[in-house]
Amino acid sequence: MTLRIEIKDLAKHFGAIKAVDGVSFSVNKGEVLGFLGPNGAGKSTTMKMITGFLTPTRGTVSVCGHDVLTDPIAVKASLGYLPEGAPAYADMTPHSFLKFIADIRGLSGAEKTRAVDSAAERAQIKNVMFQPIETLSKGYKRRVGLAQAILHNPPVLILDEPTDGLDPNQKHEVRNLINDMAEDKAIIISTHILEEVHALCTRNVVIANGKVQFNGTPHELEAMSRYHNAVCVAVDNADADKFTAFLNDLEFVGEVELLAAERGFRVYPTSGQQITAELSQTIRANGWNIDSLYAENGRLDEVFRTITTNSTQGGI
Amino acid sequence: MNLQNIWFIMKREFNGYFATPVAYVFLVIFLLLTGFSTFFVGNFFERGEADLYPFFSLHPWLYILLIPAISMRLWSEERKSGSIELLMTLPISVFDAVLGKFLAAWAFTGLALMLNFPLWITVNYLGSPDNGVIFAGFLGSLLMAGGFLAIGSCISAVTKNQVIAFVLSLVASLVFVLSGYGIVLDFFSSWAPSALIDAISSFSFLTHFDAISKGVIDMRDMLYFASVIMVWLFANAIVINVRKAD
Repeated sequence: MTLRIEIKDLAKHFGAIKAVDGVSFSVNKGEVLGFLGPNGAGKSTTMKMITGFLTPTRGTVSVCGHDVLTDPIAVKASLGYLPEGAPAYADMTPHSFLKFIADIRGLSGAEKTRAVDSAAERAQIKNVMFQPIETLSKGYKRRVGLAQAILHNPPVLILDEPTDGLDPNQKHEVRNLINDMAEDKAIIISTHILEEVHALCTRNVVIANGKVQFNGTPHELEAMSRYHNAVCVAVDNADADKFTAFLNDLEFVGEVELLAAERGFRVYPTSGQQITAELSQTIRANGWNIDSLYAENGRLDEVFRTITTNSTQGGI
Repeated sequence: MNLQNIWFIMKREFNGYFATPVAYVFLVIFLLLTGFSTFFVGNFFERGEADLYPFFSLHPWLYILLIPAISMRLWSEERKSGSIELLMTLPISVFDAVLGKFLAAWAFTGLALMLNFPLWITVNYLGSPDNGVIFAGFLGSLLMAGGFLAIGSCISAVTKNQVIAFVLSLVASLVFVLSGYGIVLDFFSSWAPSALIDAISSFSFLTHFDAISKGVIDMRDMLYFASVIMVWLFANAIVINVRKAD
C-alpha cells in the first residue's frame, strides 16, 4: 500500500472563524510533505484533525486505510505524532516517559527495551535519559518528543515544527534522522523555516487562511518565483547603458535590472526558461568580458510571501 | 475498555504523585489530621469504647478539604501543559484515560487510609472491637473518597487552573455532604414536601456513609457510591471530549 494519508475537503470552524476550510491532499509512502504557511494559517489545526485530537467540522481523514472518525484508535496506533511545542510529562524522566509510551503502544519485554533504546539513540537523548524532563533545555525537550513519536516505528509520522528551538547542529541531526526514515514512511512536517523545503521535503503544501494555496514539488515552488532562472551577470569593460541596451535587444531576455553598487545586472528570461548558456555565449560573442555569471534558483521567501499574502486579501 | 491501557495510565499517574513532594506532604497532613480529629475532636480515649467511630465520623469533613487537593491536578495539569494532546492521540479511548487516572487517585487515597493502621492496632490492643464494623468503616470511607474524587476529577477537566479546580471541587463536595446535614434539611422542612427532603438527603454522602461506617453494609449504599462515581466519570469523559483542545 503506497497511499498512507488521504484528506478530503477537511474543515474546522471555531464559531465564525474558519481555521481550516476545505483542505484536500494525500501523502504516499516515501514522501516527506512539507506543510508551509504563516502562523495561524491552519497547519496545526489540520495536523490535530489528522491525529484525531480535533474533530473536523466537515470532511474526511484516512490514515493507512482507517477513517479517523469511525476508527480513531486504529489511526492513532498507526501514526507517531509530535504535537506543537513537544508537550511531555514534565516530572518524568525521558526513560520512564518513553517506557510509558511503549506500554501504551503495546510493546513489552525485550521489544520494549529495544524500542526505547533505539528511539533514544536516534533522537540523541541518551545522555539525559534519567533527568526530569522539566530540567531539560528546549532542544532536548523537542527531541524527547521526537523520540516518543518514532518509538513504535509507525508507518506515518506527523511532526509539528520538529526543528523549532534547535540550534543549527541539532537541526541538521534531526533532518538527517527524518531523511533516514523517509524511505518507508509517509511523513508530514510543518515548518516555517524555508531552508527545510530543500533539506527535507519531497513535496510541499502551502496553506493560508485555511485553504491550500499550493501543492507541488520544491522545484515547482521555486519556479513560481520571478527570480527563477534569472541570471546575474557582471562585465568589466562595459558602459552600463550600452550593455543594458544590448541585453534588452536579445530575444530571450524579458527584462534587465541594474543591481545596486555596480554589482552588475540581473537578466530575466521571457518566460521562465533557462538562459544561462545562451546568454553567456552571446555576451562573449559580442566582445564583452564576463566577470561573473550565475543563475538564480528562485527565492522561496518571495514565493511564500506572494502565495500567502495574496490570499489574505481575498480572505477575512 | 482496555484493562491493560487503564493499568498503564493508572501506574503512570500513581507514580506521578511520588515524583514530586506532593504525595509525601499529602500523606503526612492526612495522617496528622485523622489523628487529631480522632483523639481531640472524636475523643477516642474518653469515650471508652472499642471502636473506630471517632476516626470515621469526621472523614466526610476531612475529605471535603483534602480530596480536591488530590483531584485538582488530574486533568487541569494535562490541559495546562498541553500533554493532553499527547495523551489523547495515543491509541486509547477517552474513558480508559479517565478511569485510569481516577483509579490512580483512588489508590493513592486508599494508601493514605491504610496508613492509619496503627489506630486499628491500638484499638485491638486496648479492647476487643468488632473488626467487621471497622472493615465496613474502611470500605465506606474508601467508597466515599471515590465519590469525592470522581467529582473532583470531572471538575478538574473543566478548567486549566488548578486553584479554580480546587475551589470548585471543594464547594461541590460540600454540597454533596451538607445535603444530608440536619441544619440544611431543617431549612427545607418548613416548606418543602417530605418527598423532596427525602430526595435531598438521599443524595448526601453523609446519609450513605453513616450507615456503612456503623457496620451496615447495605447494597443500596454501595450502589449509591458506585453510581455517583460512574455518573461523574462519564461526565468527566464528555467534558474532556468537548474541551480537550480549548
